[in-house]
Amino acid sequence: MTGTAGPALPTAGPRSAWFRLRWPLVAALGVVFLILFRGTLPDWAITPPELWTTNLPLPFLIFGDAFFPALTIKGSSVADWFNGIVIVLREHEIFGLLTFRDVTRGIAGLIVWPLNFSEDLLISGFSDWEIPPIPWVVTSALAGILGWYLRGWGLGLLASSCIAYCAVFGKWELAMTTLSLVLVTAPIAILIGLVLGILALKWRRFERALWPILNLMQSLPHFGYLIPIVVFVGLGHKAGAIATILFALPPMAKITILGLRGVAAEVLEAGVMAGCTRRQMLWRVRIPAARPTLMVGVNQVIMQCLAMVVISAFIGARGLGIDLLFRLQTLQLGRALESGIAIVLMAIALDRLSQALSEKEPVHRQDGPFWSVHPYLTAAGLAAAAGILLAYLVPEAGQLPREMTVTLAPQWDLLIRGVVSALFEPLSFIREYLPPYVLIPIRTFFEQLPWTVFLGAAGLCGWVLGGWRLAALVGAYVGFIVLSGWWTEAMVTTYLVFVAVVICVIFGFPVGVWASRRDRRTRVVAFLCDTFQTFPSFIYLIPVIMLFQVGTISQIMAIVVYASIPVIRYTYVGLRAVPHSMVEAAISSGCTPSQILWKVRMPLAFPEIMLGVNQTIMFGLFMVMIAGFIGGNFDLAREIFKAKAQNDAGLGLLLALCVAFLGLTADRLISAWASRRKAQLGLT
Amino acid sequence: MAEPVILCRGLWKIYGPEPAKFLARHDSKPSPEQFEQSGHIGAVQDVNLDVQPGEILVIMGLSGSGKSTIVRCLSRLIEPTHGQVIFQGTDLLKATEKEMIEIRRHKMGMVFQNFALLPHRTVIDNVAFPLEVQGVDRAKRHERALEIIELVGLKGREKYYPRELSGGQQQRVGIARSLAVEPDVWFLDEPFSALDPLIRREMQDEFLRLQNLLHKTIIFITHDFDETVRLADRIAIMYEGRIVQLGTAEELVTKPATDYVRAFTRDIPKAKLLTVASVMGPADGERTDGPAVIDDQRIGDVAGLVIGRDKPVSVVNGSGNVVGSLTRQQVVDALFADGS
Repeated sequence: MTGTAGPALPTAGPRSAWFRLRWPLVAALGVVFLILFRGTLPDWAITPPELWTTNLPLPFLIFGDAFFPALTIKGSSVADWFNGIVIVLREHEIFGLLTFRDVTRGIAGLIVWPLNFSEDLLISGFSDWEIPPIPWVVTSALAGILGWYLRGWGLGLLASSCIAYCAVFGKWELAMTTLSLVLVTAPIAILIGLVLGILALKWRRFERALWPILNLMQSLPHFGYLIPIVVFVGLGHKAGAIATILFALPPMAKITILGLRGVAAEVLEAGVMAGCTRRQMLWRVRIPAARPTLMVGVNQVIMQCLAMVVISAFIGARGLGIDLLFRLQTLQLGRALESGIAIVLMAIALDRLSQALSEKEPVHRQDGPFWSVHPYLTAAGLAAAAGILLAYLVPEAGQLPREMTVTLAPQWDLLIRGVVSALFEPLSFIREYLPPYVLIPIRTFFEQLPWTVFLGAAGLCGWVLGGWRLAALVGAYVGFIVLSGWWTEAMVTTYLVFVAVVICVIFGFPVGVWASRRDRRTRVVAFLCDTFQTFPSFIYLIPVIMLFQVGTISQIMAIVVYASIPVIRYTYVGLRAVPHSMVEAAISSGCTPSQILWKVRMPLAFPEIMLGVNQTIMFGLFMVMIAGFIGGNFDLAREIFKAKAQNDAGLGLLLALCVAFLGLTADRLISAWASRRKAQLGLT
Repeated sequence: MAEPVILCRGLWKIYGPEPAKFLARHDSKPSPEQFEQSGHIGAVQDVNLDVQPGEILVIMGLSGSGKSTIVRCLSRLIEPTHGQVIFQGTDLLKATEKEMIEIRRHKMGMVFQNFALLPHRTVIDNVAFPLEVQGVDRAKRHERALEIIELVGLKGREKYYPRELSGGQQQRVGIARSLAVEPDVWFLDEPFSALDPLIRREMQDEFLRLQNLLHKTIIFITHDFDETVRLADRIAIMYEGRIVQLGTAEELVTKPATDYVRAFTRDIPKAKLLTVASVMGPADGERTDGPAVIDDQRIGDVAGLVIGRDKPVSVVNGSGNVVGSLTRQQVVDALFADGS
């Protein structure tokens, strides 16, 4: 070993460094090229010319004017096509009887029945039979017993006090309206999701068609559902319910497919050997055996429902959401906070209860008297009887009169003013320096980015990562946005989300790393992430408006607050999921803790962290649309609010699709990269 | 010999792009090279098998040898590519889905490696499940289920859920479920492999006890040779999809068909396996003085006696006639030869 240090080493060093940096270098060169030579590009290659976007005779070529007279406007924009379809669905009678809209309105009418029933039960009572509503003490007690049954007295206490909060703080009617919307919509969404999943299991072809639709539905922002619903159902409470059902069912359908397919092969074989028919296999073996997975879907549906019920306030759904919207619009922040807390408490209670339901393991029953075999049923019966009796004797236990409710709004307002004035100075640098030195340059970059370059870059990434198929897919997404006529607005939205995601990563990545280093920290951060993730996105507008008032910074901060969670979560989960044997190998090789982190854990966890960034982008795109309400930028969110105000369903859907395709572009590219990298690392 | 319960002729299961065409193209005799080139895998290759009533046939092989695939072809959990499976005179591969359901409901039972219990059902509902899907009414099926639960020694646990039981207890439930319909054929697919060694032994004893009571026709899959020797009437050794030898444990040890079987059986305790008859030499004249041994005694039982004597010991059969002689050298060779 004397002086034979391999001559290969010195040459390999610089070469591999260049090699590793080749993509950043290409990107940097591209940016330089852009700055220098942008002026040499023809105009049509920079912004899509209007001649293209308003002059698309495609529907005419396909349908002619015989079949779809509404679509024959030669030289129309994509929004016109969409509206053409909307008009056909709205005006044209199918078989000369009913229009599509009559059908949708008819179906929507059916939902009024269960909604009325649950509202009568919880709030107003059945006036026809002079039956009063369930006393609030009973509702609270039953929620408590449910929590006690599902997990233990801790959860019971939580559930019970969440309900009690709503009564004591005078939010009873609003909260119970929201709750009954969730209680009606969630089971329907679950049922539809289940049916879709079962059909997909039965017919492969149906599954192949369904899966991309579900992906698209999951990347459509909330307004993509709300605006068409207004046209086909109308404004109001039931429209909100329908939008909620549509919004919440994709995860259930997906989880049903995965769950039913995931049943252990042996269990299925046991079913076949027992002589089950196909129907018995499905109902007695597959579905029950997939129960734990299906219950995860139930939890997700419930949380999605709550989030959408709150946002449905924009199209007139009653409940806490509309109260919150009104308070925010009139800047009554203390009142808004009180409603917000009610929503948050309801979110936490619903999440924990449905999670406990999914984790509940069956336990055998011992023989004995009824009360010892069914202690929870007995307790529920006793509590209901006692509560009803109490409400009979003391009316306040039935319905708390308004003058007995408490409000802390003045105190909250005081607190908010204090916090805001205390934070005004420290936060002023954000207000002063962020716009001129960060925001405006980045916005200018995105606004001036030629669409051809964007399309080319996306297509190239797709080609490198997944061949021509991915390139074509991504190209089609971007091409749709180009031809939609909303390219500049889409780029402003991209800029907002880009800035927000960068801030999320700068803030969230270190937090995730920090959290991964000790078990205790992981537990605390995991608890916080779990809790914050259950909150409906709308809630996050409250603190942002408090601190930054209305404007671009608020819009970005709202995204940051909401969308940081996935980065943090995927970072610590990814870092902790590195196989223990590899860490032990590193320790026994003499690595210091920081070497273990940076040389072993980080490279292995990196694909997972990128999936977190991907989620952050998707969350960001959802939030950028909601926060458009406070933003004031010339972005897609502003246009979608305008479309909503004008009831322009075609335009609303088109804008929502633009957002979805932005998200899907990022999602496809990052997922392709992550799965390729995982395969290279042998982690699949 | 009685009519075999299951008769299987030229059975093939091939995975790949177009299994049936591939098999036809190569005239049902594809070579390993042809498999590799075309991207097909022969999980079961040209298997011929007969299962006699009341016997325990153990199919044994290492993982990937095709033993689990065979048992699934016999019950048509897996659709074979080619061949015949005659079950009590009917060709299973020609049976309709409806007929198969009927056969499985009344004539077959199966026990699985990982128990495959339905997690949402109590012990009694798991055991009664095959009866339930047939439409047997609740009282009747619970009565029958209770009987079997008692038989497998789980009385008092009827209302437990599977996750509340130990592995061994769960497999007792699996066994009870497979017996609920009183099947004619009992398939056991590595039933004790997921259990730890002490429990495994206990379960083997339990299995033998049940078989003494029930006299089922059994096809038992395992990769454990000790288990095979303990339980089997006959053994089929599988290697790369083929049955390389089918016979009693003793035949495998004394007359291995291939080097693979020889290597496989090398380490088994021969003292308890070999009979005097399989080791002895020809009778040289009259019966010698002193004690004699009987031809179906195990070598281990007579080794002490034979090794302690200088001269060959006479071997007699059940009726007292001399059928051979056994020398010290023969015993030593049989016990300590490494099979080569």
